[in-house]
Amino acid sequence: MSKTYYSKSHEYVTVDGTTGFIGISDYAQNALGNVVYVDMPEQGDDIEAGEEFGAVESVKAASDLFAPVSGAVLDINEQLIDNPRLINEDAMANWIIKIEITDPSQLDDLMDEEEYKAFCESEHK
Amino acid sequence: MEELRKTCLHDKHLALGAQMSPFGGFDMPIQYKGIVEEHNAVRNACGVFDVSHMGEVLISGPEAEKYVNHIFCNDVRGLQDGGILYGMMLNHNGGVVDDLLVYKRGENDFLLVINASNIAKDVAWIEGQSEGYDVEIRNISDPVGEIAVQGPEAEAALENILDIRCKHLTFYTFTETEYEGKPILVSRTGYTGEDGFEIYADQETVRTLWDKLIDSGKVMPCGLGCRDTLRFEVGLPLYGDELADDITPVEACLSMFVKLDKPEFIGREVIERQKAEGAPRKLIGLELLDRAIPRHGYEVLNDKDEVIGYVTTGYRGISVDKSIAAALVETPYAVKDSELKVRIRRKTFPAKVVAKKFYKKSYKK
Repeated sequence: MSKTYYSKSHEYVTVDGTTGFIGISDYAQNALGNVVYVDMPEQGDDIEAGEEFGAVESVKAASDLFAPVSGAVLDINEQLIDNPRLINEDAMANWIIKIEITDPSQLDDLMDEEEYKAFCESEHK
Repeated sequence: MEELRKTCLHDKHLALGAQMSPFGGFDMPIQYKGIVEEHNAVRNACGVFDVSHMGEVLISGPEAEKYVNHIFCNDVRGLQDGGILYGMMLNHNGGVVDDLLVYKRGENDFLLVINASNIAKDVAWIEGQSEGYDVEIRNISDPVGEIAVQGPEAEAALENILDIRCKHLTFYTFTETEYEGKPILVSRTGYTGEDGFEIYADQETVRTLWDKLIDSGKVMPCGLGCRDTLRFEVGLPLYGDELADDITPVEACLSMFVKLDKPEFIGREVIERQKAEGAPRKLIGLELLDRAIPRHGYEVLNDKDEVIGYVTTGYRGISVDKSIAAALVETPYAVKDSELKVRIRRKTFPAKVVAKKFYKKSYKK
């Protein structure tokens, strides 16, 4: 069974065993508008929890991506290279990178679905 | 921080669900439905922008023409009544105080339209230079509202939806007329590279005109987001990006708007020297081969990875499906078709030097 966690900077990580799929939330894609470019790390790169690992760009601006947890990049979503708009179509299905999670205890610092929903509502006020 | 100001259409933007953001001291709509959709509406049909944040200053009096020509680098001497000139006010170092439109309403009677972000600075500058000139300077930015109706169907929108006669206006001319008993000024101008009009009026009239255009269903409300992508693609400068107090018009490749055959104007000496000897920097266009997007402030590098300039504006083009930028670089590197690099976060990307007009303007001359 997979479970999804969220960060305050609006990235999610869907966890299946020690594998994590990281993307941006539906709330984030909606706030960004038309996504025109996704800057992704390379396979094999290490990412550190809280550190920038790439960016999602709308027409208007670039938004840095921050790693919700630490890990090693197993794969990137190559579909996003030519079709970054997939993030607007379904942000949850179109993860950006797939990682091997190195420290599962970091998940405790993230929000679950319900907490994240409340967080977005409080941000919107 | 100073409190954000609101234009006379502010409540209408909120009602339309616009994404709002501060710009030039005002809380302005960035987008309604989306930048791409709004951008395409202006290129292909018609869009309306709230540009009430822009500043307006009247200069009149016996020496108004002489004074405008003193602070403005273009030459108003040959301008007809009802004619408009684009140009800049320069400081004593040749840098740009602001870029603006000058409307000639009559003999010694001018309207200056300036950028919202510069209103306080410009008014202080204009008043500060006027000693010894017999002129009256009036800042009417607050009571005057303005909308821009832009796109190939703009003429039809004014004629048919607003019932304003505009067919006779040629590019960069204007007329002063009445709308429901209130004075309005209509000019064939804009900031999108498309045909279009700008209408200046009191706030109530601007609200009426806006409602009629939106209610017609034929004119899309457009935010500042697409105003920037539209102007950028056709190579029009934005103050704060391509123009600033320390950037000269020669560097910004706007020399054609500086008239050195005038007897005098502020900044003339520097421009004359730069035109003869060349300027230290030059504004260029850059085209990236990669999809990565250059943004304002990113570094431009030569083949030795030395920083030789910076990006002034950059986008993934909308009408042009490429990653494109304008950049201010050291003049020796402003060589068309040569290769430079742009640093985007952790990496550098090759970029070709190209003309900074990425998309062809379609003005109705």
